[in-house]
Amino acid sequence: MLHRFGVVVAASTAVLIFAGGLVTSTGSGLSVPDWPTTYGWNMFTFPIDKWVGGIYYEHSHRLIASGVGVLILVLAAWLWRAEPRRWVRRLGYAALAAVVTQGILGGITVLWFLPDPISIAHAGLAQLVFCLTVAIALVTSRGWKRGSTLDDGPLRTVSVATTALIYVQILLGATMRHTGAGLAIPDFPLAFGQLVPPVWTGPIAIHFAHRVGALVVAVFVLATVAHVLSHHRGRPELKRPALLLAAGLVVQITLGALTVLSGKEYIINSLHVVTGALLLVTSLVLALRAHRSRFAADVETVRVAA
Amino acid sequence: MARDSRLEATETQRHRGQFDGSSLWLCGSVTRLGPLLSAVFVASVLTVACGGGSQESAAPPPPAPTENPVDPATAGNVTGRVAFAGTPPKPALLRMDSDPNCAGEGGSATEESVVVGDGGALRNVFVYVKDGLGSLRFPIPSTPVLLDQKGCRYIPHVLGAQVGQTVEVLNSDPTLHNVHAVPGSNDEFNTGQPLPGMKHTHRFSVSEVMVPFKCDVHPWMRAYVGVLDHPFFAVTGPDGSFTLSGLPPGTYTIEAWHETLGRQTQTVTVAAKETADVMFSFAPAS
Repeated sequence: MLHRFGVVVAASTAVLIFAGGLVTSTGSGLSVPDWPTTYGWNMFTFPIDKWVGGIYYEHSHRLIASGVGVLILVLAAWLWRAEPRRWVRRLGYAALAAVVTQGILGGITVLWFLPDPISIAHAGLAQLVFCLTVAIALVTSRGWKRGSTLDDGPLRTVSVATTALIYVQILLGATMRHTGAGLAIPDFPLAFGQLVPPVWTGPIAIHFAHRVGALVVAVFVLATVAHVLSHHRGRPELKRPALLLAAGLVVQITLGALTVLSGKEYIINSLHVVTGALLLVTSLVLALRAHRSRFAADVETVRVAA
Repeated sequence: MARDSRLEATETQRHRGQFDGSSLWLCGSVTRLGPLLSAVFVASVLTVACGGGSQESAAPPPPAPTENPVDPATAGNVTGRVAFAGTPPKPALLRMDSDPNCAGEGGSATEESVVVGDGGALRNVFVYVKDGLGSLRFPIPSTPVLLDQKGCRYIPHVLGAQVGQTVEVLNSDPTLHNVHAVPGSNDEFNTGQPLPGMKHTHRFSVSEVMVPFKCDVHPWMRAYVGVLDHPFFAVTGPDGSFTLSGLPPGTYTIEAWHETLGRQTQTVTVAAKETADVMFSFAPAS
């Protein structure tokens, strides 16, 4: 039951990230100038007939965020009451602290007119909240509690590296979005018709770094997938996320290209954001499962508690 | 009534680095959440967020003389016309359907980035004296300038104001707007106007050509305010003409600013009681 609730919380966090992506993609971040109120109303009583234009995206994002915040609060309380493993309880506390901080960052970035560092931090912390909720859902699952005898050092290394690189790539993407560099290189796959941009400005450098980052991530994702398929084809708990990772990579690169070619069409742009987050947590799940044997002692803890 | 009075109080304006009192409830709530939020980051955020605030929107007007230093017996004028060179672009229709209150305004509104009239007359060009007034200082007009929000558009699209002069931003629409000024030198502000008839006043503290205004609710809404420390500015109308009147004799740099076509300057000499002509011609943006 706790695991299922964790899955719901994680899924709602993905929805929240998509809603946040829509806010930036539609340029609606300042359409509600006050916070935590909405045009002077308590945000929960703001009349629905006033959800117009950019307000629709910004206000929806705030409401969904409030809902996710409550869900994470319940999750943390549930873990505190029912979870025997201290480190899992701590994951719940960390998720709660992160989502509260995330809310404050969201408010500050509105009140301070979207300063780039705070907006980028808001985007980066959203991914960590998502990672924490997914991790909680994973480690409370039956499959995790059954334990694992897997001991594959190279897989542990490559999966962690892939996860870390995806996160760095997401931060680069957030920097590109919030500094307005999303179309600094207007063509794809080339850059101004060449492999390397012929001119360099700050936005072009940020944009190009995101493209190079995509290549690096692709290499590591493919290395991870290849390792799983060649060494652990019979382990569905590894094979499934590996195949998802490969498929997600193709979708994500396609969405990235379409974002540029469509002139940052807002739905495509936002799907690119949420697909990046899904790639990150898929890689995280694979990395955690690769490390499962390191948590072996917890199996005993859970059994004793049960 | 209670709601109306509350909404009047909500037309808050925030300047960079300041919070108003509405953040105070948050400070109390968050600090009760205990050790989870004792992280250094959150503490630093709260230090800033709880540090005080202000709803004061107006910059203090700089001291200004009460009398015009120009001798009317010798004052001259600069007149002219701004033209668009080339084939005028066809104005694109504005899609206002994200707000039903705006879509009901007819659906035929066009965007205003380049408005060309008969004979290539270029509208919405801000023409002003950029240089040549020396140390002359001018009184601040007591009458405010009005920037209206009507039909989900800013009217006028381009206007001028003096430093310290009151700029009134009025919501004449049956919908809500946020008024978001994005200056480079003056203080940025963003204020909500949820009810028709709400008015926001502001005074800019330093010269700046131009201060963009936008509504983030309705992203097609843009206006530009030229802020100067003297009264010698004008905005071209449908015939592309402008007049800068009451100038003391002298040689001036006149600049014409257009939101998409750029800036042009010309030097002109104004003799006593005479009118000098200046013509500007903007080519299509490449």
